[in-house]
Amino acid sequence: MKVVVCVKQIPDPADPGALDPESMTLVRDQKLILDESDSYGVEMALQLVDAAGEGSVHLVSMAPDNQVTGLRTALAMGADSATLVSDEALKGSDALATAKVLASAIARSEPDLVLAATESSDGYTGTVPEMVAELLGLPSVTFAKAVTVEGAAAKVQRQTEAGYDDVECPLPALVSVTAGVVEPRYPSFKGIMSAKSKPVDELGISDLGIEAASVGWAGGNQEIVSVADAPAREAGEVIEDEGDAHERIAAFLDELKVL
Amino acid sequence: MGLEKIWVFGEANGGGVATITLEMLAKAREVADTVEVFMAGDGEDFAAELGDHGAETVYSTGDLDGAMQGVSVATAVADAIDNGEVDEPDAFLLGTTQDGRDVAARLSVKLDSPVITNIVDLVVDGDDLLGSEPIFGGATDVMTKNTSDRPGIFLVRPKSFAAAPVGGAQADTEALDVGDVGMAGTARVVATHAEESDGPKLDEANIVVSGGRGLGDAEAYSMIEDLAKAVGAAPGASRAIVDAGWVPYSYQVGQTGKVVKPTVYIACGISGATQHLVGMKGSKHIVAINKDSEAPIFAVADLGIVGDVHKVLPKLIEALSS
Repeated sequence: MKVVVCVKQIPDPADPGALDPESMTLVRDQKLILDESDSYGVEMALQLVDAAGEGSVHLVSMAPDNQVTGLRTALAMGADSATLVSDEALKGSDALATAKVLASAIARSEPDLVLAATESSDGYTGTVPEMVAELLGLPSVTFAKAVTVEGAAAKVQRQTEAGYDDVECPLPALVSVTAGVVEPRYPSFKGIMSAKSKPVDELGISDLGIEAASVGWAGGNQEIVSVADAPAREAGEVIEDEGDAHERIAAFLDELKVL
Repeated sequence: MGLEKIWVFGEANGGGVATITLEMLAKAREVADTVEVFMAGDGEDFAAELGDHGAETVYSTGDLDGAMQGVSVATAVADAIDNGEVDEPDAFLLGTTQDGRDVAARLSVKLDSPVITNIVDLVVDGDDLLGSEPIFGGATDVMTKNTSDRPGIFLVRPKSFAAAPVGGAQADTEALDVGDVGMAGTARVVATHAEESDGPKLDEANIVVSGGRGLGDAEAYSMIEDLAKAVGAAPGASRAIVDAGWVPYSYQVGQTGKVVKPTVYIACGISGATQHLVGMKGSKHIVAINKDSEAPIFAVADLGIVGDVHKVLPKLIEALSS
């Protein structure tokens, strides 16, 4: 079974950066790491291939400046190989342009299953996986909290507002997984060492037959018209618990007459 | 000044219309002359309620027989527009829900129009509709408009607008034909499960008590349930403890999860990551208990307690239970 996992390399969430005042997009010049949200898809893929008894896990990522640190982390977890699409023309790409690039790169592998996180930790549009499925003409199940493959079909528990649905989907298909779907493994020392020699295929958009005018700033069909500070919520009183903080909370609730 | 026509994605909740749909209808009425709904299922069942909230027409696909809404609804809408069966609206509004995101994403590809996501406000600027998105945990507002020559697609976060009936007549109903969706339409829902907790619903409760990683372990979550029971609140959770499997996803408050705006929000052992703040910052009053005095949650709390939840909560539960 051939599984492709979409992975995003993002700035460390502990240092989310800032908006570039010129372009009004996020500055992404820091070193990028593997989005934690994607570690679940990587782990899921490894477990599914393991359960199938044969197969491979291939990563697909789009990132500026040929950055591979995040990809190496996922390779160290056990993925077999990776495709990295990096191109100056991709700067400023929105979700739709990103999906077009990922779909083109994924199509080259002819996977049985495509996995992605439901949303990235930095952009969180939550739309890219479903766009990729549409571009590839694949069925999809988003918000998966459990995934198994039986024969030529995926069985998925899909989160809903009220609980979850059991969904069955013939392969090939795309499934987006929620955080917590599986417990991601930590890369072992051996994994980290072997990741250094695993193949990473670096492509530009011309390799994928994508026109520069259809992606990045040139292809963007949305415009940020303003950026402003939101009205700040005023911080209130902060006290140290001296053993009687519960009384203070009870009095606060009592004042609000909510009890 | 306003737009001519907006299409709102309709979703059902139990036998009625989902609150998010009614919230979007309220805003759509403000910014457009004509408001229409498109949805899966049988529009007849919802026409009275949708009309009462200002929708003039509801376009529906009929029963999907378990097929996913994303591919079915997006295909039906794109076909109806391309075949000239309906006039293209100026904009689509969809809720930031599982199915809303699926429909928006599929529609985006079909129309080659971007999705403008995480919108909490909509403003008309000339002929344009601007969506306002909070970033950096709500510290900054970004306004974005669609510049494609197709309708803008906006994903609206729940609780951004107040639903309000206007006493409109029952909406007209029209069929949306789901044509051949091919292999993309082969996923099927075969069973549905509800994970409702007892007591008030998380997104409707007057008080919400939430627990986070600071509780230490899954067993300690019982303190959150006990406190919730004592004050008639709904229990909630941070993403961290949902990911850790302590409580189901239906408890989750945040960017992923539910947006809540109760009268009082009590955050216990929650540090206040951006992910969480986005989902609860709109609460009228916020109480936070956390060991770390530097925790970001204290920046939004009206009453912050720097202390151990294991010491404060048992005493608070006892005091409020009596």
